[in-house]
Amino acid sequence: MEATHAHGAGHAHGDGHSHHPKGVMRWITTTNHKDIGTMYLWFSFAMFMVGGAMALIIRAELFQPGLQYVEPEFFNQMITLHGLIMVFGAIMPAFVGFANWMLPMMIGAPDMAFARMNNWSFWLLPPAGILLTASMFVPGGAAGTGWTLYPPLSIQMGIGMDMAIFAVHILGMSSIMGSINIVTTILNLRAPGMTLMRMPMFCWTWLITGFLLIAVMPVLAGAVTMILTDRHFGTSFFSAAGGGDPVLFQHIFWFFGHPEVYIIALPAFGVVSHVIPAFARKPLFGYTSMVYAIASIALISFIVWAHHMYVVGMPVAGQLYFMYATILIAVPTGVKVFNWVATMWRGSMTFETPMLFALGFLFLFTIGGFTGLVLSNTAIDVQLQDTYYVVAHFHYVMVAGALFSAFAAVYYWLPKWTGHMYDETLGQWHFWLSIISFNIAFFPQHFLGLAGMPRRIPDYALQFADFNQVSTIGAFGFGLSQLLFLYVVLKAIRGGEKAAAKPWEGATGLEWSVPSPAPYHTFEEPPVLAEAKGHA
Amino acid sequence: MGMHNKSKSRLAGLGLLAWPGLAPAAWELDFQAPATQAAQTVIDLHDMMMIIIVVIFIGVFAVMFYSVFAHRKSRGHQAARFHDNTLVEIAWTVIPLLILIGMAWPATKALLNMRDTAQADITIKATGYQWKWGYDYLKGEGEGIRFMSLMTTPPEQIRGAAAKGGNYLLEVDRHLVVPVGKKIRVLTTATDVIHSWWVPALAVKQDAIPGYVRDTWFKAEKEGIYRGQCAELCGKDHAFMPIVVEVVSAEKYSQWVGAQKQQMAAAAGEGAKTYSLAELMSRGEKVYAANCVACHQANGKGLPPAFPALEGSKIAKGPVAAHIAIVLHGKPNTAMAAYGGQLGDGDIAAVVTYERNAWGNSTGDVVQPAEIRAARQ
Repeated sequence: MEATHAHGAGHAHGDGHSHHPKGVMRWITTTNHKDIGTMYLWFSFAMFMVGGAMALIIRAELFQPGLQYVEPEFFNQMITLHGLIMVFGAIMPAFVGFANWMLPMMIGAPDMAFARMNNWSFWLLPPAGILLTASMFVPGGAAGTGWTLYPPLSIQMGIGMDMAIFAVHILGMSSIMGSINIVTTILNLRAPGMTLMRMPMFCWTWLITGFLLIAVMPVLAGAVTMILTDRHFGTSFFSAAGGGDPVLFQHIFWFFGHPEVYIIALPAFGVVSHVIPAFARKPLFGYTSMVYAIASIALISFIVWAHHMYVVGMPVAGQLYFMYATILIAVPTGVKVFNWVATMWRGSMTFETPMLFALGFLFLFTIGGFTGLVLSNTAIDVQLQDTYYVVAHFHYVMVAGALFSAFAAVYYWLPKWTGHMYDETLGQWHFWLSIISFNIAFFPQHFLGLAGMPRRIPDYALQFADFNQVSTIGAFGFGLSQLLFLYVVLKAIRGGEKAAAKPWEGATGLEWSVPSPAPYHTFEEPPVLAEAKGHA
Repeated sequence: MGMHNKSKSRLAGLGLLAWPGLAPAAWELDFQAPATQAAQTVIDLHDMMMIIIVVIFIGVFAVMFYSVFAHRKSRGHQAARFHDNTLVEIAWTVIPLLILIGMAWPATKALLNMRDTAQADITIKATGYQWKWGYDYLKGEGEGIRFMSLMTTPPEQIRGAAAKGGNYLLEVDRHLVVPVGKKIRVLTTATDVIHSWWVPALAVKQDAIPGYVRDTWFKAEKEGIYRGQCAELCGKDHAFMPIVVEVVSAEKYSQWVGAQKQQMAAAAGEGAKTYSLAELMSRGEKVYAANCVACHQANGKGLPPAFPALEGSKIAKGPVAAHIAIVLHGKPNTAMAAYGGQLGDGDIAAVVTYERNAWGNSTGDVVQPAEIRAARQ
């Protein structure tokens, strides 16, 4: 989509607006989507480091059989916080950060629709992050239930559990406000002439993700509130002794939890749908079918939740229904993968870091998708439920899927944010170190699960020792590789080759029509869209 | 319900490919050697899916890597401009759908068989406790047998003070003994939190949910010892509540049932006896070590605040009746389980006596089995 920008490049507003607060107040009071996007991304990275450190504690303990470094209670707290922090603190805020930075620029809007609420949705995050992390230090420690918080185990926990519940409440409020903002922005602030079906794919994925979030975050809030009242106010939603049912929680949790997987995955699909066409120098293949695929994935995600619960003892008809519905997800997911490959076909490709991460995403996410298909088969899942196979599966989806796509996004848009090119050599090192160590860490976990190692155990039988050792080595390699990422980003912020307005030859879209770094205010007047045949 | 000859020979055929012996080796890449038809079916299903998946994977990524190799700018490849092809798009929607339907059919058959718990020869209830399993033989040969099954791996091995034994973390004091070739229906439930009863070689995994009863079944095709673990996170010692199923011949099973019945008859007579403090203390220490140490610790100091100390505690030094009551009935919403259903009068009397006199709690109280029986009324 080509555009003639209403303003010249020289019209950029600098940071030097006289009415704008300086120093720390700038960040606390800001309503600027770029500032808020930046804060989201740094918060996400900080939580990524905290959650990553916890993962390394877990892997260190699992390096050999026996209890070496931590007690089982603490181990359980680590797996819980690692999950909650990575999902709610690292991955989700990262993609909200991308949305803040890029959505207004992609659709030619001056800012998000609700600029003040935007500030509030970000500033809810740090208290939630602190609540979660600090729960480690209260008497009894953090919740040791796993991120799924299943009762009755979560009823037994100490005050750390209550802190986790409040953290989830706050994070949920933040997500709901953030997604209302994103949906409203996309629906109302598009530049004249940008119809929905001419919208960049990242906007489409976020539009649908926004609806998913609005639909399911209240469900999660309800579930954890029921735990809270069971714990303190004598209700017994989840206690058979009072007429309740522990499995009810699992139904409610996964009614949130499965769409949550796509809340994380869809924006990742969006990013990849920008990066691959840009570096293949060829328009995205099958734009329309991509949109329909995203929409059907989102819809199906609401009706498959109990495939996480095949062994709770639901009726066989229920198991069959959830198996068929789950298998169905493979169809639109396949369409997306085929479309990306077809986009590359007969392109003119180069392989800068964003493209490498997008291809890494494609390759590994497909593996995660296929293991998901294996798990959807109820009879097989009986053997694999709650084993390391599942751990491997969702890390292929979450890390190789969402995280790699987030790295692709950072490298792709960093020149626009900082005005500098990042160090390409180091970026590629980051990619290769990450993808190799990731596979060393997680591929062996498939074998551990098949051979019968349960997940969430701090100690294991001797036959699992070898692959656990390999996995731990890979995990430490993966963790350390991310320090290189931090260095590359800091280096690009501090200086480097000046980035052009459009640093990538094949990139399309309005965001590349403004100078790099993007001025503090962009598109104060809507851009005029040139007639475009193809899609962004 | 024919345990078809065809399947039996398939099972035997796979035996050749499986590992020598039952002891699992390191670097294992696949499922454990199957001991039931259901486990074999899972392996067959998984093999089928893996073949389809690998073929599709290689196909898709062969195209991608060819493209990566051939359609690169550095080789001077010019980008085409196409971005739609309705026919291709319909094809790659419909063909996967057909493949998936093909996969769903055998999966449905396998599942329907796995869930058919009707006409069992023996029914056993497996109850999950934090952190051990209890077994009640409810129906069929052995009816009335009940016992607890606790991990026997010593703490020194876990803490690295002693070399780890062969069945590290996978050994229990009392195996669940069942006869070969009989359909065993397992009812699962729990008293405290959700556990999951899982034995990989039998392809049985069923959540044990407090207040509810679920069921599953298996029919072992060959004698042997099959080991599994709790599969649902159930707190601190989730890793330490293994399941060991010993499959024996019909004759051996009958012998075992006879021996159990004799032991139970002997235990039933103990309620009327009176014991000395020393007798109760030494027995109580053993009961304590088996049931209480995980939380309250060997030194009675517990792990506060979740697991309170017994040393100098109000309960262990206060009125005897309250002490007996909490051991019998547990404490709701905490990890303190009700032991009334798990331990006999003699064991509870011994452990209460022990707790009231160990670690300087020296109350001098001697609690007799008769008092426990009275407290149960």
